[in-house]
Amino acid sequence: MNQLLFLFILSPLIAFFVVLFFNNKQEKSISGIARFITALYIVAAVAAALQWGFNGFDPVSEQFLIVYKTEGFVFAIAFYYDHITAVYSITGALVFFLVVSFSRFYMHRDEGFKRFFITLLLFLTGYNLVIFSGNFETLFTGWEIIGLSSFLLIAFYRTRYLPVKNALKVLSVYRLSDIALVLVMWMMHHLTHQNVSFTQLTEAKNMAAQIQPGGMGLFIASMILLAAVAKSAQLPFTSWLPRAMEGPTSSSAIFYGSLSVHIGVFLLLRTYPFWQDMSGIKMGVILIGASTGIIATLIARVQPTVKTQIAYSSAAQIGIIFIEVALGFHVLALVHFAGNAFLRTYQLLVSPSVLNYLVHHQYFHFKPAAATAGKKWRNTLHTLSIKEWNLDSFLHRYLWMPFKWTGRKFNFLETRPAKVLTVVPAAVLVYALGSETSPLQFIQSAIPVISMSVALLLILYSFASRKSARTAWVYLLLAHFFIISGVIANRELVDWSQVSMYGSGVLLAGIAGLICLQKIHRIDKNISLNLFHGYVYERKQTALVFLLSAIGLVGFPVTAAFIGVDVFFTHIRSDQTALIVLMALCFLFIELAAIRIYCRIFLGLHKKPDHPVAYRSS
Amino acid sequence: MTEKQFDEQHTLEELKHYLPSQQALKDFIHHNSLHAFQHMKFYDAIFKAAGIFGFQVCLQLEEFRQLYKGGRVREDILERVISGKHGDDCVEDWKQKLIHQEYDTISQPRIGRLRHYWKKIYKLDMDNEVHPLLFRILCSFLDQGIAIDKFPVQGKSFLASIKDIEQNSFASFFKTKKARQLFLSGNYTLTSLLETIAGNAEYFEQYLFDQQFAHHGWSGFISAVEDNPHTLLDSKQTTLHELVVFELFLELDILCHKFGSNWKPLSEHVTEPPVELFEDVTKTELAEVLSLWQDAFEWSYYDSVLAGILLSQTETETVKVPSFQAIFCIDERECSIRRHIEATDPNCETFGAPGFFGVEFFFQQQGSLFYDKLCPAPVTPRFLIKESEANQQKKSELLYTKHAHGFLGGFLFSIGFGFWALYKKIQLLFRPKMSPAISDAYSHMTKTSVLTIENKDTRDVENGLQVGYTMEEMIVRAEAFLRGIGLLKTFSPLVYIVGHGSSSANNPHHGAHDCGACSGRPGATNARVMAFILNNNRVREALTKKNIEIPGETQFVGAMHDTAADVIGYYDDEQHLHAENAARHLINRHSFETALNLNAKERSRRFASINTKKEINEVRKAILNRSVSLFEPRPELGHGTNTLCIVGRREVTKGLFLDRRAFLNSYNYQTDPEGTVLTNVMKPIGLVCGGINLEYYFSRVDNIKMGAGTKLPHNVMGLFGVANSSDGDLRPGLPWQMIEVHDPVRLMVIVEHRPEVVLKAIQSTPEVFEWYNNEWVHIAALHPGEKRFYYFKNGVFQPYEPITGHVEVIGDMHEFIESAKEMETNHIADATKENLPVYLLNK
Repeated sequence: MNQLLFLFILSPLIAFFVVLFFNNKQEKSISGIARFITALYIVAAVAAALQWGFNGFDPVSEQFLIVYKTEGFVFAIAFYYDHITAVYSITGALVFFLVVSFSRFYMHRDEGFKRFFITLLLFLTGYNLVIFSGNFETLFTGWEIIGLSSFLLIAFYRTRYLPVKNALKVLSVYRLSDIALVLVMWMMHHLTHQNVSFTQLTEAKNMAAQIQPGGMGLFIASMILLAAVAKSAQLPFTSWLPRAMEGPTSSSAIFYGSLSVHIGVFLLLRTYPFWQDMSGIKMGVILIGASTGIIATLIARVQPTVKTQIAYSSAAQIGIIFIEVALGFHVLALVHFAGNAFLRTYQLLVSPSVLNYLVHHQYFHFKPAAATAGKKWRNTLHTLSIKEWNLDSFLHRYLWMPFKWTGRKFNFLETRPAKVLTVVPAAVLVYALGSETSPLQFIQSAIPVISMSVALLLILYSFASRKSARTAWVYLLLAHFFIISGVIANRELVDWSQVSMYGSGVLLAGIAGLICLQKIHRIDKNISLNLFHGYVYERKQTALVFLLSAIGLVGFPVTAAFIGVDVFFTHIRSDQTALIVLMALCFLFIELAAIRIYCRIFLGLHKKPDHPVAYRSS
Repeated sequence: MTEKQFDEQHTLEELKHYLPSQQALKDFIHHNSLHAFQHMKFYDAIFKAAGIFGFQVCLQLEEFRQLYKGGRVREDILERVISGKHGDDCVEDWKQKLIHQEYDTISQPRIGRLRHYWKKIYKLDMDNEVHPLLFRILCSFLDQGIAIDKFPVQGKSFLASIKDIEQNSFASFFKTKKARQLFLSGNYTLTSLLETIAGNAEYFEQYLFDQQFAHHGWSGFISAVEDNPHTLLDSKQTTLHELVVFELFLELDILCHKFGSNWKPLSEHVTEPPVELFEDVTKTELAEVLSLWQDAFEWSYYDSVLAGILLSQTETETVKVPSFQAIFCIDERECSIRRHIEATDPNCETFGAPGFFGVEFFFQQQGSLFYDKLCPAPVTPRFLIKESEANQQKKSELLYTKHAHGFLGGFLFSIGFGFWALYKKIQLLFRPKMSPAISDAYSHMTKTSVLTIENKDTRDVENGLQVGYTMEEMIVRAEAFLRGIGLLKTFSPLVYIVGHGSSSANNPHHGAHDCGACSGRPGATNARVMAFILNNNRVREALTKKNIEIPGETQFVGAMHDTAADVIGYYDDEQHLHAENAARHLINRHSFETALNLNAKERSRRFASINTKKEINEVRKAILNRSVSLFEPRPELGHGTNTLCIVGRREVTKGLFLDRRAFLNSYNYQTDPEGTVLTNVMKPIGLVCGGINLEYYFSRVDNIKMGAGTKLPHNVMGLFGVANSSDGDLRPGLPWQMIEVHDPVRLMVIVEHRPEVVLKAIQSTPEVFEWYNNEWVHIAALHPGEKRFYYFKNGVFQPYEPITGHVEVIGDMHEFIESAKEMETNHIADATKENLPVYLLNK
């Protein structure tokens, strides 16, 4: 079983790297590899299910690889296999194989043929990491990969404005969900003083109940719920789902019709033992599920475009699945998941046919509507539903705007004196940390919070900045310095290996990113963040390196900084509310700020119209 | 500065003139994308359009240079083009400029400059704030049946509907009371709103152009619906005026919402004078360089064609009665099937005529609640042809049901039918076959149904249309049709009239593949109607009096060629043919099948997924599967590569391989020495063929602004259009997958007649003449006596001597087809490599 489980992660990852060496023209090889891998996936998924069945349907748990270990912290890749995994893997395998088979013709001669399949393989790796994961660390790794691959496929047509704008929008919701999971891991760690595997969830739950009824357990469960709700497009986040339909139809089908959007359900099913006794959480799941079911249905009913209609119908069904999960009808939930996934994939794949089919239908069955003036309640519902119940502007206004607003208050950071002045707190910090008997002893205890606050402010500035891209980037790098300082100051014993692990990754990514920006600056003196520049059109390589730098800078699993982030969180005590909030916000916005810089400089409409450039509204 | 008067009506008319006019996608009508500039000479027009709207209007300089390197622009032609325009002395000088000189190719268009101030002064992204909601409301109002709940107010105009809803609802589309109250009060005009928002009247016109061209797809569609409400089956009342007013209200709403009363009209902040959008654009050297390249690119092909025609001329005696005759549409996709049929049965004879075959009417399918117009778009028929005794009903496809989107319905559907969907998906991938989801060219008319073609009582009128043609009307049409193609004697026992249509799957643009002369619909009914008329004894008697004697044994058979699936279906062949003809028909069908095999093979040359070298039946099967495959974005390549239109006898082109690039219109100068028939023949050429050609041209050179971009992310909007994703603008024009292999060159019309006769024919109406005189379409006359060409330029036909001396000969057709190479990339230089020059056929 162990080898088999490992195969699920490794084979798509290997395929991913192999495909990197092909060029866009070698369509047959690229799609051939992807087809082979997904066909293999079907075989392996069925084999795993059979083997599991022969062994008496007992859950299988394996710790596979310890990536990093230190006192009190283990980062291990662990697997877990039970009926939930079985259903998700077989459904996933079938959908993957069908979508890949569909796409090898559909994507023919697209400028991003290779990019499409690479991203799909990346998604497959992430999906399998999540569904086979045996602990939160493994799940989280997959969770982030799914987020990144989603972003890349939404912004697939990267030289247009809307895909890029919407990709960023979706990413921000996904990132929120990521951070919620980080907090789950953090609290779990403090609760159990070890790294919890999914087999130990019941114990963890009991432990939480003993220590502090309500508190810690409730916090963990709420964060799990938040992560699931955001990822599965439930209220109030639903409006990202129709906006994600920017990529080729087949990618929309697999991501937003079926697999990616049901991953929140998976999280709920997987962690069910932990929250099944918490009636508040259960009520929450049911309430969110029910309200999404109703409101998304109402919105779906007035959608005049085929893909958005499918998106809202799918979200509504996921709402019902949420209820099923909370009520404990897990077999039903799994059947419902598989059915909904297959149905929506199919509907999306054939969605362009709807024009011919329904127009033909109209020829024979059209009944002209009687001239009506709608009733008041009907008008109200219709108006609200056309406006998507203001969900999109609600999130924008109440979730993101306050932070943007704060960031803009720090516009003075753009000025030269301010740039110099930021060095001062940095120097003071170094001094304070360096000397045993610091003259700053009296504020020693406040240093972590101050340091983290400075980091957050720098990040928010960059997040909201409309000025120089290079300044914003450097501030992000500097923010890391303050984060590190804050964490160091928060502990008596400094483990320099952890610091260097984290710092090395960040520094590498930071410098690489700066070089890229410098290169662009050389051809265009005005690379402000005030508009999209679209430099991917003329500088593909630089854009790629910068993308890697950006995700490296924020602790995505491309550099050692990834593990560093997780370790760092364990250094915050569970009673340090202010500090954990600040740090969570830092990691939320640093990614958004970095990816935003990538989008503004490299994606969107190319600013030099010496070739056909899309309309902004297309 | 003099105060510029703002004339609301005038500006709206101007706007409507310049907006893209795209009807609902169900009937795709090809037209010149820059029709608004057609009153100007081609090059002046396109560069002016570029300066105003920022379109790319010909290939990019670098692309021309690559075509030159690859040999597709010939050096001798290039030199000839330059010397023709600038004299022999300047050839080297200009060549240097064309091939090597660096030019600043970046230019910022005039449109959008005023609108930019919102961002500059107010840091306000007006488009971003207004567009998503505006598009959603428009789409909901116009929706033809995607939404499950219809728009709450029906039967009223757009603004009246919105007002109704606003008056009687707890929620509002507006964010601010101020905008809502003003809207409800009705105390406004378009001008007063502009005064509030834009300020000074001088800027109004520019403001409206900027505003509407920020979403030209939606504006163009609304304008099309205003002019032609029947483009929507569930017709809606709206006007561009309403759209502008509503958009201004949304803008006002945003301004009040963001700034309260703390804002001023835009013009208060603008320091520059208003831009005169339509002032002449100064001609740059780059524009001259590009136009020389364009000419050279076009003539590199034309010259070899003209040479080929002269080289292949052999007069054959055609007195004997052909084994059968087949009349196809002039469509360039039928160019190859005609060649293959003639090769299969050398004794047959083929013709080309515009695919409505001279009968214009509305068609009502049995059970249908609507009429389909089956004739060229500008014609408005007075006749109705009705179908009856059809016994086929289109099956429904359960997975499209609206119940899948309900709360409980969705629950049951996803649990129950989700797994059926899995089965359907596997089937569609591995066993593609015709299904209700696929647009089937043959589903528009049942094979065995009866049509009401003859009208016996002129009082038989439905909705203002006469049902069927009276005897006189049939006779007039029959005569005009036969005279048009010059088929007046030596009728074969069987004459096929073959319309065409196209089946394709998952393709919102399927209408663009159907017959352009039938307003973007399959032309089977027209073929059947004309066959019926010509089979009528009384019609024949009347024709005999007019010296067109159709022998008693001759029978006409209507048929339709599916250009995507390569299938021909016949109508009324089983019950109506007499015994001898039935036997002949059997033989002929066999010939058609062989020709279809060859045609499929020739087409497979351009499809990477089909191995041309495979057994011919398998290639044919692969082609058929392609037309029913939901994963195939290129069921066929449509009109891609069209460049020529040849009006003349088949002898002119019979010895040539034209690679499916020529519209072939049969016309016999011998039977029409004074060109009276020619005038009618030439009427639809510019409009239909020129329209197709220019739509492909502009969609090819700027697929992003004038075309629809790649199909892959398209989302069907309200059953009338496509857009990218949920919040995008409607995309007029053709998608990338259709124009990928197209060479953007203008149409060259070649007419076999004396130049003075041709000139008279094209000068008959100003609309026809405009196409040629303004160089949107080239025209040359092939003088039948002199055997030389006269090319039309600056109002006169002048002799043209091709400089191509030698044209390659095709030895073995199979080998030749199989030698095609797969394109390296879809860059123009690679994608069009297989657009073959003219070849002589080995006889």
